[in-house]
Amino acid sequence: MTARAHPIGGVILAVEGVSLAFGGVQALREVSFDVREHEVRAIIGPNGAGKSSMLNVINGVYHPQQGTIRYLGREYHDMDSHEVAASGISRTFQNLALFKGMTVLDNIMAGRNLKMRTNLLLQALRIGPALREELEHREAVERIIDFLEIQAYRKIPVGRLPYGLQKRVDLARALAMEPRLLLLDEPMAGMNVEEKQDMCRFILDVNDQFGTTIVLIEHDMGVVMDISDRVVVLDYGRKIGDGTPDDVRANQAVIDAYLGVSH
Amino acid sequence: MLYRENGQFKSTYASDQQMLPIAQDRVFMVLLLAFAFIGVPLVTSDYVFLSLLIPFLILTLAAIGLNLLVGYCGQISIGHAAFMAVGAYAAYNLVLRVPQLNFLVVLLLAGLIAAVIGVLFGIPSLRIKGLYLAVATLAAQFFSDWMFARVKWFTNYAHSGSVQTAPIELFGWTVETPVEKYLFLLAVLVVFTLVAKNLVRGHIGREWMAMRDMDVAAEVIGIRPVYAKLTAFAVSAFYCGVAGALWGFVYLGSWEPLAFNLNLSLNLLFMIIIGGMGSLLGSYFGAAFIVALPILLDQVPIWLGVPISTATSAHLALMIFGALIVFFLIVEPHGLARLWAIGKEKLRLWPFPH
Ligand SMILES: Nc1ncnc2c1ncn2[C@@H]1O[C@H](COP(=O)(O)OP(=O)(O)O)[C@@H](O)[C@H]1O
Ligand SMILES: [Mg+2]
Repeated sequence: MTARAHPIGGVILAVEGVSLAFGGVQALREVSFDVREHEVRAIIGPNGAGKSSMLNVINGVYHPQQGTIRYLGREYHDMDSHEVAASGISRTFQNLALFKGMTVLDNIMAGRNLKMRTNLLLQALRIGPALREELEHREAVERIIDFLEIQAYRKIPVGRLPYGLQKRVDLARALAMEPRLLLLDEPMAGMNVEEKQDMCRFILDVNDQFGTTIVLIEHDMGVVMDISDRVVVLDYGRKIGDGTPDDVRANQAVIDAYLGVSH
Repeated sequence: MLYRENGQFKSTYASDQQMLPIAQDRVFMVLLLAFAFIGVPLVTSDYVFLSLLIPFLILTLAAIGLNLLVGYCGQISIGHAAFMAVGAYAAYNLVLRVPQLNFLVVLLLAGLIAAVIGVLFGIPSLRIKGLYLAVATLAAQFFSDWMFARVKWFTNYAHSGSVQTAPIELFGWTVETPVEKYLFLLAVLVVFTLVAKNLVRGHIGREWMAMRDMDVAAEVIGIRPVYAKLTAFAVSAFYCGVAGALWGFVYLGSWEPLAFNLNLSLNLLFMIIIGGMGSLLGSYFGAAFIVALPILLDQVPIWLGVPISTATSAHLALMIFGALIVFFLIVEPHGLARLWAIGKEKLRLWPFPH
């Protein structure tokens, strides 16, 4: 690999001993791993392994029964969504969670809500600071629109776009938050080869240009091995592997899990 | 000139974010306003003002208020006449007890008081949704029915329970004749429509719609449900409070608590369902429809020479509302406004549909 613009730094997120259960279903069992600044960290594992649950714990949608999460030096038992967003973590969703009735532009603009602070009265009159703020953030959003090559769809209600483009808008909304840590839940699922290549390129560009740290859940092993620095492997809620793509590929437990050897 | 946006290139984001980016729409809007302010007063009879246009303008304002909450923020309410009642009685008491206040100030204060009550009754929305929330909002209705009938202070101990108001005065202008009332209400509605438009296209509007469309994702991007929902309740109740004060002072003149009963709440809901959820224009269509239909059902048979009894036409009106509501809920949840939008999209392509 060529030298990176943002060399991998220290640990910014550490998950320690997290367990999460839904009634009788144990989605996560004492999972620990860490994420280093500027790296691309993949989480892989069979369906139902607990990958999405892990992201949901990190950004405060699910609240684990046990374990802690250290992020930027602070320790949390469970995270609060608003606080997580404010501290620079954003994400995309496995099953699209876009605002269906809103245009592409408004969906992405919504991603900047935390940065917009004018009060209700100024917004109602749309004068001075309120108007300036709208335009300023519109410019930032336009840069993201250009970056993800979705200029043609700005004013279209997002529900009318094909699936692959919706995935891109989901990413755009997350990027609009200018995250320090970006969590991507199967960003390439259901895409054809070209769309996957585009998405891969966008993810690498985000990492490269903005130095954004990325945690990526992905099923396509080829993609994972290509773009990630380190990989966590989950199976039945348990961590069974952790290391570079080559380490993980050589790990017997991982091979068994993927080949469906009985436990 | 064909209805087209081709060739109208936007060179700045400011011009792209205008309310009406297409030049023809702007011309149309100016003409429409000129017609409403100048043309209508020249050609319209007092009867039409009093039975059609005045209630239409006020109910449109209330429907916009309800639409901000239900259509934009996705929180159902079937007790919104309560906030109109709060506005009306607040205005009545303000005028009675602080007579030197300018009526515009009275209106704003009445709206603010309704907003506070709206926030209180919006609190359940933080925990419950859908049907349960709908039932909880009925509490607002029952509470206001009870309060304004029982707590005599609000009605200044009037024996009959009904309150009277004098014509409103504004900077030495007495708003008394039907034309004057119409012009005053029209001006108020135009301003409030602009404000509502600014809100829904600003960031608070995006927060409301985000809550409506996907609340988990909204929270993950940092939107606080408490703030988004309660501001929607506040603004919505504010609009209805102002509308209620106008309904009392300008349309009714004198009224009793029954004037703001559940029936009115349901009518407001019908307006936004028929007109279009999440559309300001739809609020206009819906209010126009609800106000005009009973009158048409009264008049048209007479013109046709087959008079029907008022009871029959009232029943007919209810049946038509019922049928339309079912139709719109099932077939076109975005109401008349959506049909209008489809028509406009066709026009954009006309005469070359492909
Ligand atoms: N909200 C929920 N309620 C109940 N069970 C859940 C919920 N979310 C996830 N689970 C369960 O937790 C387990 C892990 O799911 P998930 O994290 O979605 O797996 P993955 O993303 O790896 O496919 C599954 O058994 C799933 O059924
Ligand atoms: Mg998943």
